[in-house]
Amino acid sequence: MAFIPHTADDVRQMLTVIGVSSMEQLFDEIPESLRCGVLTGIPPALSEQEIGRLMSERAAADGQPLNFLGAGAYEHHIPAAVWAITTRGEYYSCYTPYQAEASQGTLQTIYEYQSMMASLTGMAVANASLYDGASALAEACLMAVRAHRRSKSACVLVPRTVHPLWRRCARAICSNQELKLPELAYDRASGLTAVNALAAHAGSDITALVIQQPNVFGLLEPVDELTDWAHAQGALVIAAVNPTSLALLKPPGEWGQKGADIVIGEGQPLGVPLAGGGPYFGFMTTRLEHVRQMPGRIVGRTVDLDGKAGFTLTLQAREQHIRRAKATSNICTNQGLLVTAATIYLSILGPSGLEQVASACQGRTSELVERLGRAGAQLRFPGARFHEAVLTLNRPCETVLAALAGQGICGGYDLTEDYPELGHALLVCATETRTSEDIERYGQALARILSGDRP
Amino acid sequence: MTDTPKDLRYTDSHEWLRARPDGSVEIGITDHAQHALGDLVFVEVPDAGRKVTAGEACAVVESVKAASDVYSPLAGTVLESNTGLAATPEQINKDPYGAGWIMRIKPDDPGQLARFMDAQAYAALVASAAE
Repeated sequence: MAFIPHTADDVRQMLTVIGVSSMEQLFDEIPESLRCGVLTGIPPALSEQEIGRLMSERAAADGQPLNFLGAGAYEHHIPAAVWAITTRGEYYSCYTPYQAEASQGTLQTIYEYQSMMASLTGMAVANASLYDGASALAEACLMAVRAHRRSKSACVLVPRTVHPLWRRCARAICSNQELKLPELAYDRASGLTAVNALAAHAGSDITALVIQQPNVFGLLEPVDELTDWAHAQGALVIAAVNPTSLALLKPPGEWGQKGADIVIGEGQPLGVPLAGGGPYFGFMTTRLEHVRQMPGRIVGRTVDLDGKAGFTLTLQAREQHIRRAKATSNICTNQGLLVTAATIYLSILGPSGLEQVASACQGRTSELVERLGRAGAQLRFPGARFHEAVLTLNRPCETVLAALAGQGICGGYDLTEDYPELGHALLVCATETRTSEDIERYGQALARILSGDRP
Repeated sequence: MTDTPKDLRYTDSHEWLRARPDGSVEIGITDHAQHALGDLVFVEVPDAGRKVTAGEACAVVESVKAASDVYSPLAGTVLESNTGLAATPEQINKDPYGAGWIMRIKPDDPGQLARFMDAQAYAALVASAAE
């Protein structure tokens, strides 16, 4: 579906038809104070040749380091067929088209995607995706407040073991909507959500508890206990999960006695290449009873007048083109192109392929932790993990990471700023793309750096 | 032509009100409103015990093509809601003034019904909107 912008002449004709003299006059009901004014941070326009050169130089400056950085976005092998199919002209559009039902292929792809995500998370229904994992957490908090009508507190407990950038994003989106997002401390010995932090909230009106699995430290939270505790308090459970890990771990729909209520996560590991900040996609699934509170588009399967199967956008009364200000969300979108890639990625891998990827990640990370331990790094938390681990070093992460970068190694994520109490703590990750040789190279480089004189 | 029973009162947002012997007021949406919405697929009713103000949105009716709030015409307390509508929203299409009732409210100030439109005035409103 082609995107054809309006010419200056088109704009003039449309303004004439509605009897408005200029764009300025069209928007004059928006008060001056609400307008963004002059965009001072935006540099002047460049030509196509200039922008091509600039971007090539920036990409070259990134280099292609040997990567041990995860922290929310993960390097996985993407079969060549994924993007060969995704970038075909029929798919190459990022939105559900207007007059959506004319594009049965696009709708079917989204329907298949929804079915896969519902199955992977053990929930009844999925939406057509959201911006990314962080904004999906914000949408889940807002959804929980709408869905839990008996709870009046609009209070969603967010453990500090939830990714710090996700927490910041949720706070930015939710705070002006009068939600409270108190943080829960973690246990310093185990790196897991602390039982006594929960106890402080027992008996009060809690709308929901967020549980990230694996948590930001890569550790496996006691999800059954946490889920049952939240339900005993009358709170909903928002599960934030890594989709790859679900090939090995229990799906959130089976957590505890009753299962999680809303499941969200970052979809990037499913066939989306690493890029500086995205575009990635968020996913969201839930129980059938909450479907009318779920934001975003939903594709349904139906039959036409002749009884033939077809696909249609459904439950649209939740959405802004019908519900206006009372829509479930006025800020969400779906990431159609990336969802297409994820659907093809999951189709090619199948359940057993995804399980092989997840197992390989877990195995490589164990190998990495063992090798870096011999290089002088200390494993900070001993518990069960997926594909990330926190290591403590004998000097600041910043200097170590800079030294590693000099040798073409991206050594991990510096936790110092968000978790100063952990000391020189580094979050490392190894996916199935890392070989034993890669891990040995990191081990040797780190051993040299950590054994050098302290700065 | 839509049905507009003589014994009810009406609002310009298409709710009807019925005085009940116990002093409470039964509220639903009019035959005209259900026609305009089309086949209803979902109804959300307020919880019993909820305090509502006059003009407050307290129920939602959703059809295949639109969703609309239902406003409480009066300030008061919700005594009871038609929770059966969750499973059978089509009751509003079939019987908007009977089985399709939405909520019963105990008004803070009794005896206010006379200030709402009677059937004749409401029918005139609907007729003028149609022109």
